[in-house]
Amino acid sequence: MKFGQPSTLPRWAQLTILPALNLLAALLVTGLVTWMIGEDPWECLKLLISGAFGYGEGIGYTLFYTTSYIFAGLAVATAFHAGLFNIGGEGQAYLAGLGVTLVMLGFDHTLPPYVLIPLAMLAAMGFGAAWAYIPAYLQAKRGSHIVVTTIMFNFIAYSLMLYLISHQLIEAGSQNPTTRLFAENGWIPQVHEVFTSLPSSPLNLSFVFALLAAGLFYLIVWHSRWGFTLRTVGTNEHAAGYAGMSVSRVIIVAMCVSGALAGLASVNDLLGSSHRMNVLFTNGVGFVGIAVALMGRNHPVGIVLSALLFGALTQGGSDLSFEKPMITREMILFIQGLIILFCGALENLFEPFIAGLFKRKDK
Amino acid sequence: MEMFFSLLDSTVRVATPLVLAALAGMFSERSGVVDISLEGKMLAAAFASAAAAYVTHNPWIGLLAGMMAAVSLAMVHAFVSVTYNGNQLISGMAINTIASGITPVLALAWFQQGGNTPQLPDEGRFHEIALPFADALRDVPVVGLVYSKLISGHSILVYITAFIVIPLVAWVLYRTRFGLRLRAVGENPHAADTAGISVARVRYTALFWGGMLCGMAGTYLSVYQTGSFIKEMTAGKGFLALAALIFGKWRPVPAVIGCLLFAFADAIQIRLEGVALPVVGQIPSQAIAVIPYVLTVLLLAGFVGRALAPKAIGVPFVKSR
Repeated sequence: MKFGQPSTLPRWAQLTILPALNLLAALLVTGLVTWMIGEDPWECLKLLISGAFGYGEGIGYTLFYTTSYIFAGLAVATAFHAGLFNIGGEGQAYLAGLGVTLVMLGFDHTLPPYVLIPLAMLAAMGFGAAWAYIPAYLQAKRGSHIVVTTIMFNFIAYSLMLYLISHQLIEAGSQNPTTRLFAENGWIPQVHEVFTSLPSSPLNLSFVFALLAAGLFYLIVWHSRWGFTLRTVGTNEHAAGYAGMSVSRVIIVAMCVSGALAGLASVNDLLGSSHRMNVLFTNGVGFVGIAVALMGRNHPVGIVLSALLFGALTQGGSDLSFEKPMITREMILFIQGLIILFCGALENLFEPFIAGLFKRKDK
Repeated sequence: MEMFFSLLDSTVRVATPLVLAALAGMFSERSGVVDISLEGKMLAAAFASAAAAYVTHNPWIGLLAGMMAAVSLAMVHAFVSVTYNGNQLISGMAINTIASGITPVLALAWFQQGGNTPQLPDEGRFHEIALPFADALRDVPVVGLVYSKLISGHSILVYITAFIVIPLVAWVLYRTRFGLRLRAVGENPHAADTAGISVARVRYTALFWGGMLCGMAGTYLSVYQTGSFIKEMTAGKGFLALAALIFGKWRPVPAVIGCLLFAFADAIQIRLEGVALPVVGQIPSQAIAVIPYVLTVLLLAGFVGRALAPKAIGVPFVKSR
C-alpha cells in the first residue's frame, strides 16, 4: 500500500468522500473511548445532536460558536493558501480583544453604537493583524520559521495579556482578573432582540458578518489578482518569485489578513456575548480554527460547514456533559484532536481503498 | 550563599524535565522530523505513569507506562511523518490536542477525581535520595554546601538524566554509527539513501527514543514532582523545551544549557514574586516567564547568532526514482 501520494480521485470525491470517511474514523475512535469509559456511544451521540440542534436555545448557541469558528477557520485558511501554517490564531484573537477593550473602555460612553462598534471591529482587526505581522515579517525577511514563531507568540500574548488584565485593565475593586462591563452602546445586537420570537441566546449580528467574510474570501482567493498571487506563492514560492511576484509581500499581507480575521472571532465573543474581557476568554478558538480549516479543506463552503460541525460539538458537548458527568468538555477537545489528525495530517488515508473502487467501476 | 544554592537547587529540579524533553526533540528533529508534540507526549506520559504507579504502587512500573504512552504517540507521529509523508506540524498539533483531551477524560473515568489522579501513596512515588555523607559534610564550607544542597537530595530520575542520559545522548549523536546516520538523514536524506541507509528506519528509531525520553520527562512531573497527575500539568513545558532546543541550535550540550538558563529564570521569578527591586521596582512575574519565548524569537530572527536547523527538517522524504 502506498500512502501519501497525490490523490487520483475525481475532485468531487476528494472533497466529499474523503473528509466524510476521515470524520467517520475520528468518530469511531471517539466511540471506542466512550465505550471504554463505560458509556453508550450511540446514546451519547444522540444527546450530542439533540443538545446542538434539538431546541431553539441550543441552535442559537451552536450558531454563536459557529460564528467564531468561521472567522478562525478563514484566518487559518488564508495563511494556508499562501503556504503558511498559522498556529498563532489564538494569540492574535487574544490581542484583538485588547483592541476591542481599549476602544470600549475609552469611548463606550461617548460614541453612538454605529460609530463605536465599527471602530471596535477595526481595532480588533488592527491588533490581530499587528500581532501576526511580526512573525510574518520575521519569516519573510529574516527566514525564521513561522510555525515556531507563532507558537512563541501565543505564549508571549498569554503573558502580556495576563499582565495587562490583572494589573492595568482590571475593574477597580474587583478580585477577579476581568475588565469592567462595557456600556450597552458597544453591544452588538443579539438575534433574539431583533426577532423577539426566537429564544434567547448569544447569537448576534456577527454571524452575518462571518457569512459575508466567507463569501468575500471566496471572491478574493479565487477571483482576484491578489488571490491568484496568494495561491501561486502557496503552491510554489520559487516559481512565484521567478514570475515577478513579491513573495515576502504576499507572505506579510496574507498573515496580516489572517490575524485580522482571527481578531474578528473575539469581537463575536466580547461584543456579542460576554461584554467584558476575562483572562483566557478566547478559549482555544484559534486552535479550533486549525481543525476547521483542515476539515473544510481551506474552501469557504467547507469551512462554514465544518465550523457548524465544531459549533455543534461545542454546544452539544456542553449539554452532553450536563447529562453525563463522565463526559467532560475535554472529550470535545479529544474529538477535535482526532479530526486534526485524520482530516489534516492523514487527509488521504483512505484514498488507496477508495481509488480501488473507482478503478473497478471504470472498467 | 545558602540562598544562592537553593536557587541552583530549584534550577536543577525545574530543568530536569525540560532537558529530557529537549533531548527527545533533538533525536526527532536531527532526523528531520519536526516535533511540536513534545508537550502532548509529556502530558500523556505524566497521566499514564501516575495511573500505573497509583494502581501498582510502584514508580518504576509507572515510568514504564509513561514511556509506553509517549512512545505510542511518537509512533503515530512517525506513521504520519515517515510512512504517510503527511504534514508533520499538523500531526504534532493533533497529538497535543489529543493528549490534552484524552488524559482528563480517562482520569475522570478511572479515578473520579475531576480529571486528576489521586495523590500517589508513598511507595508509589520516586523519592529524594540523600547521598552518603550529605549530612556529615553539610558544615564544610562551599564543598559541603555544593554536595549536600545541590548534588544530594534529588530523585533518581535527576541522577539518571544528569549522569547517564545527557552524556549518552551526546555520545550517541556524535560518536556512534546510529548518530552519524541520524545526522545524515536530517541533513540530506537523499544522500543518506544513496549510501544505503534506510531513512524510514532511522526516523522511526529516532522518534522511538524521543518518545522514551518524553516518557521519562512526563513521569518526572507526575510521579516525582507533584505526586499525582493534574489536568494540563505540563503547562507549556514541551514548548519551553522546544525553545531550549532551538536556543541550543539542535546540539545536546548547548540545549541542556538553554534548559538550565530557562529554569534559572523560573527559579528567580519565584523568589522575586512581590519583591520591589531598586531602580526597576517590582518586576511582574509575566515579564520573566516570557523571556525564553522572546529569546527564541530573537534567535530565530538571527538577532542573536544564527539558528542552524537540520537542513531536511519538516520535509517528508520521498525516495527519488
